[in-house]
Amino acid sequence: MKKFFTRLYVILIFILLYAPIAVLIAFSFNDSRTRAKWGGFTMKWYVQMFQDAEIMAALRNTLVLAFVSALIATVLGLMASLSLNRMKKRKRTIVLGILNIPMLNADIVTGISLMLVFIAFGQFLSQYGYTVVFGFGTVLLGHITFNIPYTVMSIMPRVQGINPSTYEAALDLGATRSQAFRKVVLPDILPGILSGFLLAFTLSLDDFVITHFIKGPGFDTLSTKIYTEVRKGIKPEMYALSTLLFAGVLLMMFGIEKGRNARKKSQQYH
Amino acid sequence: MKKKHNALLSGPYLVWTAAFIVIPLILIVYYGFTDENHHLTLSNIAKITDPVTLKALFLSLLLSAMATVICLILAYPLAMILARMKNGASAIITTVFIIPMWMNSLLRIFAWQTLLERNGVINQVLSFLHLPPQHLINTPAAIALGMIYDYLPFMLLPLYNALTKLDWNVVNAAYDLGANRRQTFFKVIIPLTMPGIVSGITMVFVPALTTFVISDFLGGSKVLLIGNIIDQQFTQVGNWNAGSGLSLVLMIFILISMAVMQHYESDDEGVSSIL
Repeated sequence: MKKFFTRLYVILIFILLYAPIAVLIAFSFNDSRTRAKWGGFTMKWYVQMFQDAEIMAALRNTLVLAFVSALIATVLGLMASLSLNRMKKRKRTIVLGILNIPMLNADIVTGISLMLVFIAFGQFLSQYGYTVVFGFGTVLLGHITFNIPYTVMSIMPRVQGINPSTYEAALDLGATRSQAFRKVVLPDILPGILSGFLLAFTLSLDDFVITHFIKGPGFDTLSTKIYTEVRKGIKPEMYALSTLLFAGVLLMMFGIEKGRNARKKSQQYH
Repeated sequence: MKKKHNALLSGPYLVWTAAFIVIPLILIVYYGFTDENHHLTLSNIAKITDPVTLKALFLSLLLSAMATVICLILAYPLAMILARMKNGASAIITTVFIIPMWMNSLLRIFAWQTLLERNGVINQVLSFLHLPPQHLINTPAAIALGMIYDYLPFMLLPLYNALTKLDWNVVNAAYDLGANRRQTFFKVIIPLTMPGIVSGITMVFVPALTTFVISDFLGGSKVLLIGNIIDQQFTQVGNWNAGSGLSLVLMIFILISMAVMQHYESDDEGVSSIL
């Protein structure tokens, strides 16, 4: 009896979480421009989305942004983790506290504050004949900023776990600084770097609020495009694209899981 | 040599932090306390007493508190069920509850429109069961539902992590020492998972309090939250001073909630250090 209720409970929450996703996937196969009625099954949106220049541009922006911002945030996060580790405890607590502000603060405040700073930089630079154009550049700077705390959060524990003697031993044995770092330190912190990168990539991919305030007109990511489309009616191509992306991530995760299992097994045999 | 090395390492992100975290926050404070002629004023902060704004703030506080409590009540049993499963199964099933987050969050919230509408999926099911249709969309309840739906995984993950780390021998010891189920739950399990509860609460409360997307999509333009008012000040009215002032008020509530949470977290450390 208890087991029955446990199952029922898990299934009910499962339905709560998946009902909207089921709706969206159903829309992507709906042969009708409006979502008010079911016009029969079709695959045409999956073809037409590739011909929609605006959607493709938003997709490209979203992916490039996620990749580049995650990459730069990971590099900065790695540098921060390495140097924070060497700081005195007091100084470290203060710097880490400031670094974590974008993670703890509300997105709307982070977005607004970045918008204000880009405007201020623009005013300052205009004295020298430069301008700050709201678009890819500003959004990229914003995404890197809110990604850094997450990369530090993933990399920092790994750096703290390193035994400093191994690095010194490598130096004593004749390795150069860069060799010692690449061959001794890096392998230990690589898992943290990878998970930090993935986390940053996903966060950038899904961000709407911060992008909304710093994107400027004429530049769109998928999220900001969806936001403006909600008022005038979402194009069915958007459902198709989202379903495809969702399925893509699912497959990728299954692939990683399978690869991991296979590696585990082969390690057991050898 | 070593000092120089460290400066090279820490320089870039310290400059970054100053330029894109510290200066932006100073700017919000500056805009919040000045008018368009750069004169010092408190009128931006005072805008919070405007009846519409005040109502939006109260509604935001009420709905986000409700959503946080319901998320906690929903997620805790689920996290317990998941944490007590066999090792492999637990990881897979937990992933199942995280997967929805890979669908664009705006689209997922938007999909609730279709479920809640007058001729939406839920009302069609109700009419099929010969029950009267319900007015669901564009109500505060719809917004609360959207918050619960969107932020439930944020509550679930920290709770699940805390519960998997929980030493169940301690729980069994409590039973052996004569505690009943209720006592064990409230006096042993809850205090030991307090860090998870605290981080779950902050991860749900802060975004729920400050959202404007959920109220945009599920409240129509009929229900305004404080997030909507601030967003309007920046994107429609163009009054950055008023928007900054209201953001400062909002930040006070965020800081209060964090201070309260910090207090509970340190309390818990006391408990675990005794154990």
